[in-house]
Amino acid sequence: MASAGGAAPFWRAAGMTYITYTNICANLVRNCLKEPFKAEAMSREKVHFSLSKWVDGKPEKPTIRSEGSEH
Amino acid sequence: MFRRATTLLRRPLMGATSRRFSTDLPAAPVEDSTFVEAWKKVSPNVDPPKTPLAYMKPRPATPTSLPSKLTVNFVLPYASELSAKEVDMVIVPATTGQMGVLPGHVATIAELKPGVLSVHEGNDVTKYFISSGFVFIHANSVADIIAVEAVPVDRIDANLVQKGLQEFTQKLNSATTDLEKAEAQIGVDVHSALNSALTG
Repeated sequence: MASAGGAAPFWRAAGMTYITYTNICANLVRNCLKEPFKAEAMSREKVHFSLSKWVDGKPEKPTIRSEGSEH
Repeated sequence: MFRRATTLLRRPLMGATSRRFSTDLPAAPVEDSTFVEAWKKVSPNVDPPKTPLAYMKPRPATPTSLPSKLTVNFVLPYASELSAKEVDMVIVPATTGQMGVLPGHVATIAELKPGVLSVHEGNDVTKYFISSGFVFIHANSVADIIAVEAVPVDRIDANLVQKGLQEFTQKLNSATTDLEKAEAQIGVDVHSALNSALTG
């Protein structure tokens, strides 16, 4: 375990959250797989969500984001 | 002189089998007994309200005598790889190095780095490459391993790993902002770990 209250891991120091870090790691591992496992894994990477901003207590028109790996 | 010796020697043996060890840790209590008693003194006719403790599953009892097998639960977001599997040992890639977990391991929470998890059962060893995650080892020899991505080592493509390693080493050299450096460093770490998994 990291030293008590000591240096944060390098990704935390660069402003990245743990979730971002662990998702990047998972994506990199998925990209290094043999076929056909790679094709199956790619389907797992897809995110599909709808985003809407709220103004004056009412949601505006939502934007639907459906894509593969975020970066 | 020693006529009573056999009876004296026999006494402890007969008692020990039915008594538990004094160092056993019993299961955590389901209700706070001091609160309940204080409530009953003040208002004996009303049932005491339930505290959060009553709704939680209590910590199970921890026997002093070590169990012979480790129970492993290995889960991924999309599948449960191992569910309550009894094994002899697991070696997890913790951030502080490869950690061997045997039955009776002290309760630990460890963050995992990209690396190889090996599950030892008798003479069989199953190896998985884990992208990152956590392992929770409980006092009663149950280990929960959680990871975002885990693949058996034979599904990794060596060429892609080499290409990725070169690509990220280049990115690391040419990175400018902190974030770019961090991403490139992660790439280098993951690919080096994949490389050692393939060769080691």
